[in-house]
Amino acid sequence: MRYRFDQELDKLNLELIKMGGLIENAIEYSAKALINRDLSLIRNVNELEIEIDDMEKTIESHCLKLLLQQQPVASDLRIISTALKMITDMERIGDNAEDIAEIAEYMVNQKFIKDLVHIPQMAEATISMVKRSVDAFVNKDKVLAEEVCAADDIVDNLFQVVKEELIEKIQENKENGEQAIDLIMIAKYLERIGDHAENIAEWVIFSITGEHAREYNGRLK
Amino acid sequence: MTDKIKIENVNLYYGEFQALKNINMNVKENEITAFIGPSGCGKSTLLKSLNRMNDLIEGVKITGRILLDDADIYGDMDATVLRRRVGMVFQKPNPFPMSIYENVAYGPKTHGVKSKAKLDEIVEKSLRSAAMWDEVKDRLKKNALSISGGQQQRLCIARAFSVNPEVILLDEPTSALDPISTMKIEDLLTEIKKDYTIVIVTHNMQQATRISDKTAFFLHGEAIEFDETEKLFSMPKNKKTEDYITGRFG
Repeated sequence: MRYRFDQELDKLNLELIKMGGLIENAIEYSAKALINRDLSLIRNVNELEIEIDDMEKTIESHCLKLLLQQQPVASDLRIISTALKMITDMERIGDNAEDIAEIAEYMVNQKFIKDLVHIPQMAEATISMVKRSVDAFVNKDKVLAEEVCAADDIVDNLFQVVKEELIEKIQENKENGEQAIDLIMIAKYLERIGDHAENIAEWVIFSITGEHAREYNGRLK
Repeated sequence: MTDKIKIENVNLYYGEFQALKNINMNVKENEITAFIGPSGCGKSTLLKSLNRMNDLIEGVKITGRILLDDADIYGDMDATVLRRRVGMVFQKPNPFPMSIYENVAYGPKTHGVKSKAKLDEIVEKSLRSAAMWDEVKDRLKKNALSISGGQQQRLCIARAFSVNPEVILLDEPTSALDPISTMKIEDLLTEIKKDYTIVIVTHNMQQATRISDKTAFFLHGEAIEFDETEKLFSMPKNKKTEDYITGRFG
């Protein structure tokens, strides 16, 4: 038995859970910073983004060390290569959260042209996707990963709703244009976060089945 | 690619002990096939059955068929002819206590080659194929036991080439060698597979992943899984294979 290697894999799981927690917070704070016009939360997001970048480097070097020392094969190889791919998507989510916070900072003194209903829903949905995708990896839960992939449709639909509402607002009054564009960008960043979470879930499916999502889905049909 | 060797329902017994249990697999021409598994799993026994080296052990009984180009090697085939067509290289380099030249010329001589010019040609060609001609061309008369272990092993491979075989069996050929000599032999095998069919027993799984096209995993005399090497080491189908190759065996 490879106790030391298994311990290292457990440690890798903990690192990914930690990084997952950081990006969940980053999304939450960036959305709240926008809604509550809270400058301190914006600073939190900036700090989190640095921490997320550091975490990516830590996990990456941990994975490379395991590849070098353990020369893993089969499920071990898939787990480590999946972790390496996941952290790229996770780091991008951190970037997207920071992008949202940046726009929120710019909007901090503006009166909203509409009540923000769907953007908070998008934030909530993406946080849940991120959390579940990391849980699916740690627990090798294929069903949960599949649920995350399906949940991306919810985020995409919400993005469409936000887009249509903002088009209406511009049509009502062209003065709304500037803020509408800022809000659509925020919605787009959230939609991208959903895509990254879906990518993570697809890598989790690969780590469990050995097949890429497209092959896997093709075979299920 | 065609099947060079077909192994059909092979069972092998050492007295009462059954060392191979109903083995079925085909070895493709111009490919490297690796046999892996823990000690005592039957992989070397199967390798040795492919050129009837087990005939020399008392109390061995074998059932089923092993076909070389569709001819049953346990049927009418003469064992000497078989061993010329299917050469073997062992774990420990075992050059004869004679010169480098004589080591390579020995086989062709016993098969009736007398012409000095022809023998010279065979020796050069074989040593070139084993990627050691340049290293030893100026000291062919030197005793083979005086060269390094890695060179001795390549000399044994050259000796196997000298009788123009079709299949080369290697039983852990690099386990006693340093990493550089190991790499040279791995490169050599990858290079020569276009002209030969190669079967290698190895305890080094990274070696199997580096050089082989197909891998068979053996356990307790059974062939548990046989597949393309990349598939077997990335997504093994059998839990026992997964447990063995990931080191979680037993």
